[in-house]
Amino acid sequence: MGQPEMHGAGIGAAGPVAIEFRDVHKRYGDLHVLKGIDLRVAAGEVVVVVGPSGSGKSTLIRCINRIEAIDAGDITVLGVPVAARGTDIRALRRRIGMVFQQFNLYPHKTALENVMLAPVKVAGVPRGEAEQRARELLRRVGIGEKHGAYPAALSGGQQQRVAIARALAMRPEIILFDEPTSALDPEMIREVLDVMRGLAHTGITMVVVSHEMGFAREVADRIVFVDDGMIVEERPPLEFFDDARHERTKAFLSKIL
Amino acid sequence: MSWDVLADNAGLFWHGFQTTLLLALASWAVAASLSIVVAPLRVAPLAALRAAATAYVEFTRNVPPIVIVFFAYFALPNLGVELSPFAAVVAGVGFYGGAMFAEIIRSGISAIPRGQYESATAQGMSFVQAMRLVILPQALRLVVPPLGTETINIIKNTSLGAAVSMGEILGTANLVGSRTFAYVVVFVGAGVLYLALTLPTAAAFNALERRLARR
Repeated sequence: MGQPEMHGAGIGAAGPVAIEFRDVHKRYGDLHVLKGIDLRVAAGEVVVVVGPSGSGKSTLIRCINRIEAIDAGDITVLGVPVAARGTDIRALRRRIGMVFQQFNLYPHKTALENVMLAPVKVAGVPRGEAEQRARELLRRVGIGEKHGAYPAALSGGQQQRVAIARALAMRPEIILFDEPTSALDPEMIREVLDVMRGLAHTGITMVVVSHEMGFAREVADRIVFVDDGMIVEERPPLEFFDDARHERTKAFLSKIL
Repeated sequence: MSWDVLADNAGLFWHGFQTTLLLALASWAVAASLSIVVAPLRVAPLAALRAAATAYVEFTRNVPPIVIVFFAYFALPNLGVELSPFAAVVAGVGFYGGAMFAEIIRSGISAIPRGQYESATAQGMSFVQAMRLVILPQALRLVVPPLGTETINIIKNTSLGAAVSMGEILGTANLVGSRTFAYVVVFVGAGVLYLALTLPTAAAFNALERRLARR
């Protein structure tokens, strides 16, 4: 599975393209949220998207699996044109895991059932097999002993780790993280970032919207800075943090670092 | 005023009680089946489906249920559909109750955070799967109390059977009253028989609500 040659590949990474945005626009009424996004993410790459709140970064990531529809441009994911009329979006979504800011676990199901639900009901995996894999995934994110607990009985950090296990249960080729630690108390952020760190560079393509600059610096192959609906800069982390070129990037970094 | 009238006609009242119970069960089944389909349609991605569901709910719940029962019993034969009194009452009360149930369930669906639907569909679930597996199980729990109230309304609405000459509780009371002139006795008796159905139903819904709250 591992693709060490991808590590730190940076812009224009070799290998197949997993995600490609071409001049993507998105509007909410009069609000122009995405103003011509062009972006390529290579298979296996880890891209962290940063930017001020309201910059459009969450909208950008939500367009990848068509949770948000786009108004103009093209997005190709795993070779599939996302916005095209004939596209079987459900088939594509099975190949893309997603982790949300608010966890969005199913509150009426236990941790184990949360992880098993889609494999059994969507992918048709036999129950026994799905359960075995779910237990394995929960162990991997450090929730093994709590598999019978309902989400309400878990801390925020535990819930988010279950959510990561749930996203992995469909064996996705891409995993999207939409501000995965923004709703967490500070002491729980690390346990979630540790799980994400363990996932990076194992072959899965990761797109992460985050304010965690330490994580971005350490794990990202590339940082994409979005401001006012446009990609201002996209560069490897060391260059991004130490040698920002644009005034807007510098202004953003001076506020958060 | 002789209370013996009730004992003398115990067989008739027992039959009336059973008929009301059957009417209520059948009407409830119709209402529940309709609403579990219609309520999700009210939030369906397709505008035409939403419009059809909204039209059903708004037209039906804003018409007196007796109009629907009379339509089913007296008007449908003119359109070539003959219904027995039992079927006409079940159709009318069930159709009306379905609209009421649907509106209650829709309010429950609206109370579920949007993120639940997003995470379900992000995993590749269809609209129907997301509703059935994720949204409805949560929404129904929220609306157990109003569903209980509307279930009791369904039981009470079966008394419309009396208007199409059925021998359910009210029709039986009316019949016995007209024979014996013991109207006070027979209608108090009818009220008690309805209570024997509605009070346990209310208690059952309260128990269900408490049980779900503990989870």
